[in-house]
Amino acid sequence: MGEAEVKPKKAGPVQCSICSQRRAALKRPKTLEQICRECFYAVFEEEIHRVIVDNQLFKPGERIAIGASGGKDSTVLAYVLSELNRRHNYGLDLFLLSVDEGITGYRDDSLETVKRNEIQYGLPLKVVSYKDLYGWTMDEIVKMIGLKNNCTFCGVFRRQALDRGAAMLKVDKLATGHNADDIAETVLLNILRGDIARLSRCTSIITGEDGPIPRCKPFKYTYEKEIVMYAYFKRLDYFSTECIYSPNAYRGFAREFIKDLERIRLLPLTLFQQ
Amino acid sequence: MACGAGNCQSGCFRDDDHSVVTEKKKLTNGTLSSGSDLDLPNHHNLCLKCKVNETLASSGTVSVDGDIGRFCFDCFRGNLFGKFKLAVTSNAMISPTDNILVAFSGGPSSRVALQFVHEMQHKAQKNFDASRDRSLPVFGVGVAFVDESAVSRIPSDEFDRAIQDMKSIVSNLAPPEKAFHVVPIESVYSSNGRDRLEELLNAVKDVTGKEDLLQHLRMLSLQKNAYENGYTKLLLGSCTSRIACHVISATVKGQGYSLPADIQYVDARWEIPVVLPLRDCLAQELNMLCRLDGLKTMEVLNSPHSGINGLVASFVTLLQEENPSRECTIVRTAGKLTPFHFNQIPESDDSNAHLASRRRQKKFNLKPNESVPPQSYCPICNSPLSKSDHLILSSLGSDQTNADIFGAACCPSCQFQILPKEPASMEHFYSLLPQQFVVQAKDRSSSMQRQLREQIQDFLLSDSEDGT
Repeated sequence: MGEAEVKPKKAGPVQCSICSQRRAALKRPKTLEQICRECFYAVFEEEIHRVIVDNQLFKPGERIAIGASGGKDSTVLAYVLSELNRRHNYGLDLFLLSVDEGITGYRDDSLETVKRNEIQYGLPLKVVSYKDLYGWTMDEIVKMIGLKNNCTFCGVFRRQALDRGAAMLKVDKLATGHNADDIAETVLLNILRGDIARLSRCTSIITGEDGPIPRCKPFKYTYEKEIVMYAYFKRLDYFSTECIYSPNAYRGFAREFIKDLERIRLLPLTLFQQ
Repeated sequence: MACGAGNCQSGCFRDDDHSVVTEKKKLTNGTLSSGSDLDLPNHHNLCLKCKVNETLASSGTVSVDGDIGRFCFDCFRGNLFGKFKLAVTSNAMISPTDNILVAFSGGPSSRVALQFVHEMQHKAQKNFDASRDRSLPVFGVGVAFVDESAVSRIPSDEFDRAIQDMKSIVSNLAPPEKAFHVVPIESVYSSNGRDRLEELLNAVKDVTGKEDLLQHLRMLSLQKNAYENGYTKLLLGSCTSRIACHVISATVKGQGYSLPADIQYVDARWEIPVVLPLRDCLAQELNMLCRLDGLKTMEVLNSPHSGINGLVASFVTLLQEENPSRECTIVRTAGKLTPFHFNQIPESDDSNAHLASRRRQKKFNLKPNESVPPQSYCPICNSPLSKSDHLILSSLGSDQTNADIFGAACCPSCQFQILPKEPASMEHFYSLLPQQFVVQAKDRSSSMQRQLREQIQDFLLSDSEDGT
C-alpha cells in the first residue's frame, strides 16, 4: 500500500495545513491538502457525519444492517459507523449482514474476515447464503451459464438475499459501502447500456424507500483512495482480493476508463509524489 | 438458428434446402441473424434491400462482419443520404431562402456533409430551372475551412497542398457555385491575432482545457465568418460517433447540465444557428462512403486528441469494437435528456415557412418547446448555466475586477479546466481574451444587475449605483 503514503520532501518537513502542529504525513486525494494522520481521520469522519446528517440517512432508535463483504469499503463503513454512532449519539442498533454467494477461493476467505470484524467491532453478524436461499452457489451458476453475464445473476440474487437477511434481522434500513468511484462507474455503465431507468436512480443516496428495505450509501461522496488510506493507516482488518469472476465483467471497461481518467485529472498529485 | 424443434410454428423452414430458408428469412424481416450457417454463393450475396445487386461483402470491398457488408453500394449510399435528408427535412434545417455555410475540416464526415448538401442544392437548382413560376428560390451554399496553422505544427507545403485540394473539391461541386473561405483561427482577434492566440493558449495549463478552448475559438471564428458573409445557418458534419464521445467526455468533465444542448440536430443559441444533419450516421459508415465513392479527404490537417478527449475517443472506439451498436446506444441514452428551447429552429415570420413547419410538426408529431429559457450562458463555451451557477454571479460584491466578474460568469467546467487559478494570471488571461467573450460576459452581468435593481427599486433610498 506504499502508494497511499506520501513521504515528506527532502527539502524539509511540511506542517499539517489544518492543525499546523504535527508533520504532514499524506496528501489528501480529494483536496490535495497536505495533512497529518490525525487530521485526516478527523476530516474523513466528519465528512461522513455531515453526509449522514444532511441527507437524514438515519433516525434515532433504528436498527441498521451494514452490508458486510469483508472488503475495505464495508469494513471501513462498519468501523466508522459504529464510531460515529457512539460519538454523535445516533442511537442506532448496528448489525453486520453478510452474503455467501458460494464462490470458492474468494467468499469463503472474506467471510473469515467478517467473522473477525464481528468480534473486533462488537457488532452481531448474520450470514445468508445463496445455497440456503436458492439452492445454487455462484460456482454452480457459472458452470451452467459460462463466464459472461454472471455478475447480472449474482447482483439480482444478492439484492434479494440482503432483503431477506434484513427481514430476518428485523432491521429498518440497510447501509452499503458503495463509494464515489463505484457510483461513477455505475453512471457510466448505465449510459453505455442505455439503462435509463437505472440511470435516473443510481445517484440517489437513499433507494428502495417504497420497497421492503430502504438502502443508503453513506460513502456516496467518499473517494475509494481515501477509504483505502483510512483502512491502511488505521490498520483495519479487511480482505483485499477481487471476485474471481470479475475480469469478465462489463463493469471492467468502465473501471479501467475511470482509472485512466484519474491519472489525467489528478496529474499534479502524481507529479508531486514523484 | 431460431429453433431446433421439428414442429415449430414460427414460420421458419428448417429444410435441407438452405436457399428456401434464406428467401423466407429475408422476406420476413430483412435481417439475417448470422451469415455463418447460410454460406452459399447465390442468395447470401444479394443486397438486403433491393435484392438485386451484389453486397459489398461479396464483392470483397468490405469484411463480412458488420451490417455495412449486407447492402449493395447503391443501397448503402442511399441509406446514408436518406438519413441525411430525413434529418434536414424533419428539423427544417434548410429553407429555400437560407444561405448555408458548411464547415469543412477535410475529414470524412464533413466531406460527406459537403457532398450531400451539394447534391440537395443541385437537385433544387434543377427543379428551379425546370419550374415555370420560379417561386421557391434555391438555397445558397458556402464552404469554410478553419486554418489552425497558427497553433499546430503542420509543414507549410503539406498544408498548402491540402488547401489547394480543398479548393478544387469545392470548385468541382458546381453548379451551383460555392464560395470557399479559409478562416484563420486567429481572426477571432481584430489585430495581432497570432501572438495573442499563442499567449492565450499558453496561459491554459490543463491539456484538456486548452483543447476545449481551441474548440470554442473554432466555433467563434466560424460564427464570425458566417455572420460577416451573410450566411444564415452553419452546418457541421458531426456524426453519431463524435456525439457519443462528447456525451462521455461532457459527463466526466461535469458538464451534464448543458449536455443536451450540444447533441441535438439543431443548436440555435448561436447568432448563426448550427445544424447537424449527419447526427444519425456512424463514423464507420461515413469513412466507408468516402472510400467507396472516391470522396477525397485530407487527414493531415486533423491532429489527434489528447488529454481527456483523447482518452474518451479511444475508450469509445474500444467499446464500439466490442459491440457495434454501442455508439448508437450512448447517443440514444443521452437523447432522453430534455433538450433546451433553442434546440429547434425558431419559427420565422415568413408565411411559407410557417405552413411548411406546421405540416412538418403534424407529420413528425413534434410539440412546440415550452421550456423556460436559461437565464445565462457561459461566455467561453456558451453552455446554458443552471440556477445554482447563476446565483454565484449575482452574489458578487461591487469591488470585483472585470476579470473576477468574467470568471464568475463562466460555467464550473471552464472555471476548473480553462481559467487560471492565481488572480494575477487570471487578470493576464482576461486581457488576452477575444473581444467577443468579454462583451458577452459584460452584457450578462450588467443585465443581471439591472434585473436585481428592478426588483428592489421601490425600496432604494438613493439613486446612486454601485459601480459594476
